[in-house]
Amino acid sequence: MGKAYKYGANVDTDVIIPARYLNIADPTELAKHAMEDIDADFAKTVAPGDVIVAGSNFGSGSSREHAPLVLKVAGVAAVIAPSYARIFYRNAFNIGFPILESAEAAEAIDAGDEINIDFAEGVIINETKGETYKAEPLPEFMSKLIECGGLVEYVRTVTTT
Amino acid sequence: MNNNMSGSMTMTQKILAAHSGHDHVYPGMFIEADLDVVLANDITGPVAIKEFDRMGVDKVFDCEKVVLTPDHFTPNKDIKAAELAKELRDFAREKGIVNYFEVGRVGIEHAFLPEQGLVTAGEVIIGADSHTCTYGALGAFSTGVGSTDAAAGMAMGKAWFRVPAAIKFELVGALPTWVSGKDVILHIIGMIGVDGALYKSMEFAGPGVAALSMDDRFAIANMAIEAGAKNGIFPVDEKTLAYIAAHPASTMTKTPVIYEADADAEYESIYTIDLSALRPTISFPSLPDNTKTVGEAAALKIRIDQSVIGSCTNGRLEDMEVAAQILKGRKVADGVRCIIVPGTQEIFLDCVKNGWAEIFVEAGAVLSTPTCGPCLGGHMGVLAAGERAIATTNRNFVGRMGHITSEVYLASPAVAAASAVTGVITDPAGL
Repeated sequence: MGKAYKYGANVDTDVIIPARYLNIADPTELAKHAMEDIDADFAKTVAPGDVIVAGSNFGSGSSREHAPLVLKVAGVAAVIAPSYARIFYRNAFNIGFPILESAEAAEAIDAGDEINIDFAEGVIINETKGETYKAEPLPEFMSKLIECGGLVEYVRTVTTT
Repeated sequence: MNNNMSGSMTMTQKILAAHSGHDHVYPGMFIEADLDVVLANDITGPVAIKEFDRMGVDKVFDCEKVVLTPDHFTPNKDIKAAELAKELRDFAREKGIVNYFEVGRVGIEHAFLPEQGLVTAGEVIIGADSHTCTYGALGAFSTGVGSTDAAAGMAMGKAWFRVPAAIKFELVGALPTWVSGKDVILHIIGMIGVDGALYKSMEFAGPGVAALSMDDRFAIANMAIEAGAKNGIFPVDEKTLAYIAAHPASTMTKTPVIYEADADAEYESIYTIDLSALRPTISFPSLPDNTKTVGEAAALKIRIDQSVIGSCTNGRLEDMEVAAQILKGRKVADGVRCIIVPGTQEIFLDCVKNGWAEIFVEAGAVLSTPTCGPCLGGHMGVLAAGERAIATTNRNFVGRMGHITSEVYLASPAVAAASAVTGVITDPAGL
């Protein structure tokens, strides 16, 4: 799938996408500034399928949905962290962007490791180290949201049936 | 899953149960709740509008219950921001939204909505802004969400929630001079950490609540999100009801509903906070939980380039009053920019009527129209590389107020005003 980018704890939405760019409406243009305040090279080097591995409380701070959106648009396949700030957590599911809770994977994976994810089984595979890690199972409601493709599609389903 | 079969509930759980058609809810339960207010601003609103349009819905669920506030990059800071504000305005007109407020009438949303009576006790409120948790001060369940949640809320009048467990903060005693609600919440965040209340409710209770002003309570509830909480909430007392009665809505009818936590409600932990023992507290860069008392901070003689007094945390009347009290007859130190931002037009007008505007200008401070601008490094006070600000705002993350090497120290209006006068982080008691 892709390589791992690794960051510490409490990565906040102000560094995922700084407020000074929030006047930009085009997601592709916005994604060029993803993570720029903690990793100036991220947007230039990230490739589709890469994953972000980080410490606890990922996505803390502002409610800006631009944060999971720029990661999704940049091609990030998933975020792996021991825990998430609650608004980022909601937003990720609402826009159909996969995030996994796994303290074990967040600890073991190093920057640059080649990572594969079996989303159906909730298994994270580290090809570089030859290890596998288990992610926390998703609550049923969250699985349903992801199956629908996000909240917009969920609402469409609810309002048209 | 259901670890509480007794039926007892916290205040938050009772409000959520009543809004979701359940007699009883428990932590971890997924519910869909009816919404009393759905809020969005000029940054999150346009993203929500895009998602709303994709939902294939023509009308918002209720023209009065959707509140739109262009407050972040307004008055429009540049052409792109102007386009976003225009999208919000056009949507409001097209959908017949009653509670859209234009620049000149609008204020910083979380100071503005309670002042205008648009939120009240017992309601379930979502806002596409993380500091929506502010309205917990009125005894409402109120929480920040993203734009897609706000869009679904505007379309259906409902939102999904995982019912939170709660942490109780038993407040005793009363605040000493120069110590405010801001210091209470910075102290608590310093104690439990930026993820200390992750996914949970922070329920404030105890005899100390009565001694806190409404402005103190708003500042405390406002920063619940900075401890990771889903919401912060205060019990409804005489002060709450007096505030609500003094701030009726002109655009709609609102009736406060009082919910009380059961005496045997379960809390994951209980902390007792002696308000009388608190000191002015300052969060050092770059996380709100990196706190020191004013004594520890002042000893370090930290020079500042800018002092910002305002924001959804501390742009209220009492905040302006304490700033005026300190700046009266004094001057902002050479080399310091002091920027004062009243939270709403009404508060701005009170600053004029009370003579505080004159005090601020004579002291050499900037008096700005209400805007979120400086707090998030948007406009009206962006920091250059290496600059340092003391601010009554709510976040001191890397690059929050400008360049990534700039620094933000979070403090109360008293400390920010005193520091503006001396040019170093200062205890107001020592002025």
